[in-house]
Amino acid sequence: MSPSDTPENTTAPGVDGVVAENAEDGLIVFDKVVKRFGDLTVLDHLDFSVAPGERVTLIGPSGSGKTTILRLLMTLEKVTEGRIWVDGEPFSHMPRGNGMAPANEGYLRARRKRIGMVFQQFNLFPNMSVRKNIMEAPVHVLGIGKDEASQRAEELLELVGLGDKIDAHPTQLSGGQQQRVAIARALAMRPEILLLDEVTSALDPELVAGVLDVLREVAETTDITMLCVTHEMGFARDVSHRVLMFDQGRIAEEGPPDQIFGDPREERTKSFLKSVLENGH
Amino acid sequence: MEFLQWFLEFLQVQLPRYLDGAWITIQLTFAGAVLAFVLAMVFGIMGSTRPWILRAITTVYVEVFRGIAALVVMFWIVYALPDMTGYELDPMFAAILALGLNVGAYGAEVVRAALNAVPKAQVEATVALNLSWFQRMRLVVVPQAWAQMLPTFGNLIIELMKASAVVYLVGILDLTAVAREVRSGTGETLAAFAIAFVFYYLIAQVLIFGMRLLERRANVKLGRIPPSGGGLMGLLRPPSVGTRVGVAK
Repeated sequence: MSPSDTPENTTAPGVDGVVAENAEDGLIVFDKVVKRFGDLTVLDHLDFSVAPGERVTLIGPSGSGKTTILRLLMTLEKVTEGRIWVDGEPFSHMPRGNGMAPANEGYLRARRKRIGMVFQQFNLFPNMSVRKNIMEAPVHVLGIGKDEASQRAEELLELVGLGDKIDAHPTQLSGGQQQRVAIARALAMRPEILLLDEVTSALDPELVAGVLDVLREVAETTDITMLCVTHEMGFARDVSHRVLMFDQGRIAEEGPPDQIFGDPREERTKSFLKSVLENGH
Repeated sequence: MEFLQWFLEFLQVQLPRYLDGAWITIQLTFAGAVLAFVLAMVFGIMGSTRPWILRAITTVYVEVFRGIAALVVMFWIVYALPDMTGYELDPMFAAILALGLNVGAYGAEVVRAALNAVPKAQVEATVALNLSWFQRMRLVVVPQAWAQMLPTFGNLIIELMKASAVVYLVGILDLTAVAREVRSGTGETLAAFAIAFVFYYLIAQVLIFGMRLLERRANVKLGRIPPSGGGLMGLLRPPSVGTRVGVAK
């Protein structure tokens, strides 16, 4: 993002200039992002941005690339082409010389600390108590004192309604409880951006509401930017400012939830919403 | 009756020598196991990392020391090394080194496989929490792989104990050496080796018991079995849980 002051920089930099401009639009900016797994193109020149504090829900048929977007932001995958920017800074790439190179681990570590993720399968650590699951990363990564981290773990568990489970073992909890612990664990790192990857899909139906209530509470009481992949349309409608409908690695339609759910324009959106309703979600 | 009386007298005379021999065998086993464990962890972890050079070093170590008999390594250290360097190692130290290097090579493969068997989702969770590689290994991956390593480690330590029987060839008075000496001294082949059998068996049983204890603790830690129950007798049975690592749904 340095000014183009050298001759060799005047050719490529047009691109950089455009990107930098885009990057100012939002906290998260995807700039012509392509992600391929072998021959399979999962994201196809995807452009979109998310404003600070915005809640965006990603919907679409499976395989449409929604989860890949979250995984790219969590740095669990690398972009094939294009760039991702976070808060005006290159995220998928790092400046090197006059150009950009794929970000290395050191660069990513300094940047992904502002991002947290909750997974479909909870991914709690089975070798730790609930308390340790929540406090280990704050202690070791953020350098918070043990007592403070432990107390914060208690507060967060109260927030997710599991104050009495602090010394339980993850395997003693139901799926819904495990997922609420996973939410507390992500929040303990004080993320500015929270990625929610089908967080209720692995749960028995009667456990879904408890998890969604916790997330509604988080949405209401914090200004964390949230990207949410979900099939819970009611939740998406309540919480999100904007819904993106994905199909084949591209955004088929986007708009406020009332419009997308109430008056979808695209045929693909209509048929997707119909199939979701029929499947009883 | 007469035989029994004779045997008891024989035992009474020879027992101190057997105890000395058993003590040497126990020392060899313990020190060899400590060395093998350290080597297994270091090379196993290196073998599970991404940089090819680290994996290549592990492969070379594993293939070389898995492929060479511990006895040959021991001979080499005791006889060839002094020729080359003029530096003579204590045979006991040489034996521990040879046994540790050999069993460590098997152990490294066990460690590597156990680390690789930790579900990818667990690693992804550590990335999402921004743990460094070292923190990830120490806090999450190694503790979870541990339970999977233990059953095979149990086998390896018993293999190591039995493999230590070759050390009499470099002049160490271990259990086997004592049995051979007693035999040649008394001519009582049957009794001389029968007593050694019993000692080896007892040492193995103690090792198995200890490893089960560790295994049980590891499984409790991962929430696969409840903390109590079964009592001491429960420890005599092998744990009935699978070795799959992960969070139960």
